[in-house]
Amino acid sequence: MSVKLNTRQVGDVSVIDVSGRITLGEGSSTLRDALRELAGKGQKKILLNLGEVSYIDSSGIGELVSGFTSVTNSGGQLKLLNLTKRVKDLLQITKLYTVFDVHESEASAVRSFA
Amino acid sequence: MPPRMPGMAGQKPAPRAAAARPGSRGVLDFAERCNLFWPFDLAAVLAGLRMPDNSGPVPRTVKQSLDSTLDSVDSAEELAVGMARSAGFDEDDLVKIGMAVRESMVNAVVHGNRYNANKKVRLSVATGAERFTVRIADEGEGFAFEHLPDPLSPENIMRTSGRGIFLIRSFMDEFQIRRLDPAGTEVTLVKYMVSK
Repeated sequence: MSVKLNTRQVGDVSVIDVSGRITLGEGSSTLRDALRELAGKGQKKILLNLGEVSYIDSSGIGELVSGFTSVTNSGGQLKLLNLTKRVKDLLQITKLYTVFDVHESEASAVRSFA
Repeated sequence: MPPRMPGMAGQKPAPRAAAARPGSRGVLDFAERCNLFWPFDLAAVLAGLRMPDNSGPVPRTVKQSLDSTLDSVDSAEELAVGMARSAGFDEDDLVKIGMAVRESMVNAVVHGNRYNANKKVRLSVATGAERFTVRIADEGEGFAFEHLPDPLSPENIMRTSGRGIFLIRSFMDEFQIRRLDPAGTEVTLVKYMVSK
């Protein structure tokens, strides 16, 4: 199974519900394209819901970093929601956990956007 | 108690007719002696065999020559995790082994062989009494693995790549990398077996 994305709006926050595997190939490129599409539409507040992500490899982590950098450089914010233990462990091992603003509640995540 | 595959109740013994295929007669004789029911997954049966003193799985090695594709990455990961599961590793270790194999295969396919259809990736997965060993070799030009940038350093933390080998080292008990002669790179990943 590759990755599946569902994008929805909660106020002015774009929430991308991600499920499946974010790995090199279709998985990582699909996420990259979704983030680029939102950026192209001028979306500045993006919340990645990773609660259904079963697997992520170093390429997937790279896409998270790339997305974060692009959105931030454009004056926007990209935050993470509902990290699974696997994803959280990976971000901690790679010292990226403190780079991202991570939330466990969608409501609090949405409120946290400036 | 003879090995029996789940859901195989009521199945008939392996048909003798299939013994006509070269090399298959011995397997079917074995199946009948063990009262195995047809169809059965021979690989799964072998994977479940234990040493007579139950000290661990019967040592076995699987070797494959794989195409330089992302499909090969998936199949290598699946094979390694399957053998590791049969060897008794828990879910946490299975995740680590799977990720380490995946990262190593991606390096071989993408960076080593560069998706070249004329170049193969050699995979070896071996379960032993004390070690679970995976070897992955590509036919690429090699790289300066002695001078890899530290992905945790402040200047590299926001890079979009360069974390693969770091993750492999984090997940496995041993990791070795060497140049092959005349060309290519081989990595060896080792996870210590779980003692029961």
